[in-house]
Amino acid sequence: MIRLEKRPQPSRAWSMATPLVAVLATMVMGGLLFATLGKNPVEAIRTIFWEPLFGEFAFYYRPQLLVKGAPLVLIAIGLSLGFRAGIWNIGAEGQYIIGALTGAGVGLAFYPTESWIIFPLMVLAGAFGGWAWAMIPAVLKTRFGTNEILVSLMLVYVAEQLLASMSLGLMKNPEGFGFPGSRNLQQYDSAHNAELIAGTGMHWGVVAALIAVIFSYVLLNRHMLGYHIRLTGEAPRAAKFAGVKPARLILFCLGASGALAGLAGMFEVSGPSGQVSIDFNVGYGFTAIIVAFLGRLHPVGILLAGALMALTYIGGDIAQGNLGLPSAAIQVFQGMLLFFLLALDLLTNYRIAIGKPEVA
Amino acid sequence: MKLTKLLAGAAVALGLAAGGALAQDKTKVGFVYVGPVGDGGWTYEHDQGRLAVEEEFGDKVETVYVENVAEGPDAERVITQMALQGADLIFTTSFGYMDPTINVAKKFPNVKFEHATGYKRAENVSTYSARFYEGRAVQGTIAGHMTESNIVGYIGSYPIPEVIRGINSAYIHAKKVNPDVQFKIVWAFTWFDPAKEADAAKVLIEQGADVILQHTDSTAPQAAAQAAGNVVTFGQASDMAEYAPFPRVSSIIDDWAPYYIARTKAVMDGTWTSVDTWDGIGPGMVGIGEITDAVPAEVKAEALALKDAMASGEYHAFTGPLNKQDGSEFLAEGEIADDGTLAGMNFYVEGIEGSIPE
Amino acid sequence: MDLSAINPVLLIASLMVAATPLLLAAIGELVVEKSGVLNLGVEGMMIVGAIAGFAAAVETGSPLLGFVAAAIAGALLSLLFVIMTQVALANQVASGLALTLFGLGLSALMGQKYVGVKPPQMGRIDIPVLSDLPVFGRILFGHDVVLYFGIALTAAVWAVLKYSRVGLILRAVGENHDAAHALGYKVVKIRTLAILFGGACAGLGGAYISLIRVPQWTEGMTAGIGWIALALVVFASWKPWRALLGAYLFGGVTVVQLNLQAAGVAIPVEYLAMSPYLITILVLVILSADKSSAPASLGRSFHASR
Repeated sequence: MIRLEKRPQPSRAWSMATPLVAVLATMVMGGLLFATLGKNPVEAIRTIFWEPLFGEFAFYYRPQLLVKGAPLVLIAIGLSLGFRAGIWNIGAEGQYIIGALTGAGVGLAFYPTESWIIFPLMVLAGAFGGWAWAMIPAVLKTRFGTNEILVSLMLVYVAEQLLASMSLGLMKNPEGFGFPGSRNLQQYDSAHNAELIAGTGMHWGVVAALIAVIFSYVLLNRHMLGYHIRLTGEAPRAAKFAGVKPARLILFCLGASGALAGLAGMFEVSGPSGQVSIDFNVGYGFTAIIVAFLGRLHPVGILLAGALMALTYIGGDIAQGNLGLPSAAIQVFQGMLLFFLLALDLLTNYRIAIGKPEVA
Repeated sequence: MKLTKLLAGAAVALGLAAGGALAQDKTKVGFVYVGPVGDGGWTYEHDQGRLAVEEEFGDKVETVYVENVAEGPDAERVITQMALQGADLIFTTSFGYMDPTINVAKKFPNVKFEHATGYKRAENVSTYSARFYEGRAVQGTIAGHMTESNIVGYIGSYPIPEVIRGINSAYIHAKKVNPDVQFKIVWAFTWFDPAKEADAAKVLIEQGADVILQHTDSTAPQAAAQAAGNVVTFGQASDMAEYAPFPRVSSIIDDWAPYYIARTKAVMDGTWTSVDTWDGIGPGMVGIGEITDAVPAEVKAEALALKDAMASGEYHAFTGPLNKQDGSEFLAEGEIADDGTLAGMNFYVEGIEGSIPE
Repeated sequence: MDLSAINPVLLIASLMVAATPLLLAAIGELVVEKSGVLNLGVEGMMIVGAIAGFAAAVETGSPLLGFVAAAIAGALLSLLFVIMTQVALANQVASGLALTLFGLGLSALMGQKYVGVKPPQMGRIDIPVLSDLPVFGRILFGHDVVLYFGIALTAAVWAVLKYSRVGLILRAVGENHDAAHALGYKVVKIRTLAILFGGACAGLGGAYISLIRVPQWTEGMTAGIGWIALALVVFASWKPWRALLGAYLFGGVTVVQLNLQAAGVAIPVEYLAMSPYLITILVLVILSADKSSAPASLGRSFHASR
């Protein structure tokens, strides 16, 4: 009989090895999937994982990994703080949208004045917008005990409507012949979140993501607040005795994740995306939840998980273009990858034993 | 079974690899889609155009596509990817791809780009769009005759010029044949949510509409009309012939095939130049699906005559005298709207109730 | 503005239809969460149910067989979640999200052949005298059978949770799995069954969209209804009747805002379009005075040897 035995200590070796095993397993299963769709499995797998990093056009795709990964990491870092404490912000997508709206709003308000102060103001406005949007569920929770999962999720839909309304009304480009969408901030130097070094994909959002990783690592490991967050998640009763004030923690965790999501939205709208439009948001806020858990809520893990997700997106698009794989197949493949990564994590904490259990 | 498929897959791949060596003299055409090819509407029809290109040129072309590409940086990356992989001609089929297309086009002066529904062009970027409002004029005529309650329901997606133009065109022509007609307009505020479209159609029917026009792509309104029994609908984007002869009595079909074939041919011949194409019924970019026998013969004849008049250029759907909703003059007697005004249309014509959301 | 154009009878009848997919999925998830498991993969299971039901109905010509197939497909997909969370003890939140991603992709692959196909129609139940009653006839007796099934299911789940031994065990497992285990209940087995039930319900909800409410197949057609269903369970404080109420409220606000638009009420459309979500939040704030809380073990993995 096969059974699981809990390891006294999580295995370090396995915690390093499982992601690799999972990726290999996904390659095998994904390969079978691609083969049943009539595509060359080896070629498909190679295209997804190898092409963006080391292929002929890697010079272009590598910077794109940063562009795609940065918002995911930035949002996921914020979410991970709350998730560790058992505070569930599912609405990062909404905070991302609002951050983009407030950030872009400030920039557009100054148009066409050129000044170095505009961009920093936009950064502040973006962070504030996301923070304020996250404060709604936070305050409702601390005041009335309203469930934050539901409120934050509902606010995503509200934010989407606001976004549509802004792109059709207030922020519509006056020189856009009546079409929806704002001015392109890429063409407005003071508001443009440009690449810091051309051709590297490195923009302020990437820098912010890296700072967030370091900051979150320090917070969780070296700071009293981080200790309280971890304690609340792992042992809520103990946390109470240790003097943790739940309300303050809720305000902090939701506020921080909202601010980071807002920042991500602001950096996106002023940089890679360039304009406020009806379909500005592409689901980063939801994907970041997966990234947070894939990274085991650990800052460095999140960094790696964000990079991996970005890789599968970019590689997936290349596979669509080059091999004619439907995007649905790529989605299934990503789903498999997540399943294997999550399931095999088991081996870190448990060992598989064969034989009868000892009588305890 | 899996093993045989695996082997078959490998064989196919080998075949492709062998073909790859000859790829040099093929014209490579890329398509970037905003939705899945299985959306049965906008993207589906563009993909039909792509398949028509393959059919037309056979071995001489290679087409590639990427579906579900979000507007913004993802679009820019995918367009760049196609250009890097040696595409000669790239069609970007959503309004939101406008700036990304222009950005990429700057980096690849030798690749030709075609952006659908936008207004920014360059040396190597053309734009193309369809005069769907001509089809709306035909629908409006039929709708005006067919309605008995004099209430026509209209489901809009977002209040953008494209949709508003359609509403105006349909209203003008419905009013022409039926002065008592009234339009009830519901905005879904989504491009794609079949369940919401179904609800919107039901609401309009419940409020007395017996003709439904839709500017959304799902067949949900057709099914709602069928359930109601006595409501007339029109196919949108695709023919939706599965609901003919009733409730679907006609349709507007996006037919991109002739344009895609012509532009591919131009690239092959080296005659491609940057143009702004806005084609209607005449060149076949807007198709009018068969008008079924549920429509009385004289109405059908009138609708077809209107269609022919627009196809030949003898009649324009926006011909004065026309006033704006607020009563101010839009077009004087006999005056024809210019394309600039039409492209950015953001007002209702006189007679339509309600205001355009902003 | 012409409010008299709004027919309240038809409005109620259509909000019942709009609410049914939500209700089916929410009731399933409610049982899952009662057993202490949080499955965020509702959207994925719904969409797979939508295409499986659609395909089966088209192939067999019977909408009812379609619904059966949808329930089976939803349950099969949820089996994957069982393997992830009950066998491999993976994190439930992440597994659920992965399930949604997987389901969306899988449904699109399954549905390639079915775009633009018209499914067989599901008739309304027409009870000769009752359906013709004024007002109540249309609201109460003029629907399809699945809608009644949804209400019956709500009643059944309520009764089982409240009065039966099965319900007691389910709640025990959800509140404290270690204690339940100590009492000799098979925690993993019970949770597995609950998850499969939830999957089947979500599948039914999906098929209701593709076979009755819309009816057609298009990729991604559930368009977020699974998420709303999840939210509804929290909204309902894990009480079946309140889930019904919530589903009708949400469906109702959606239908009412469209009605107001069509009647030409001078409220900006974008605010009307936001209203279902804002009103849900508002009601939630009011309801949060009720302190009945989530099952205590919700979202936690269980392993017998600890």
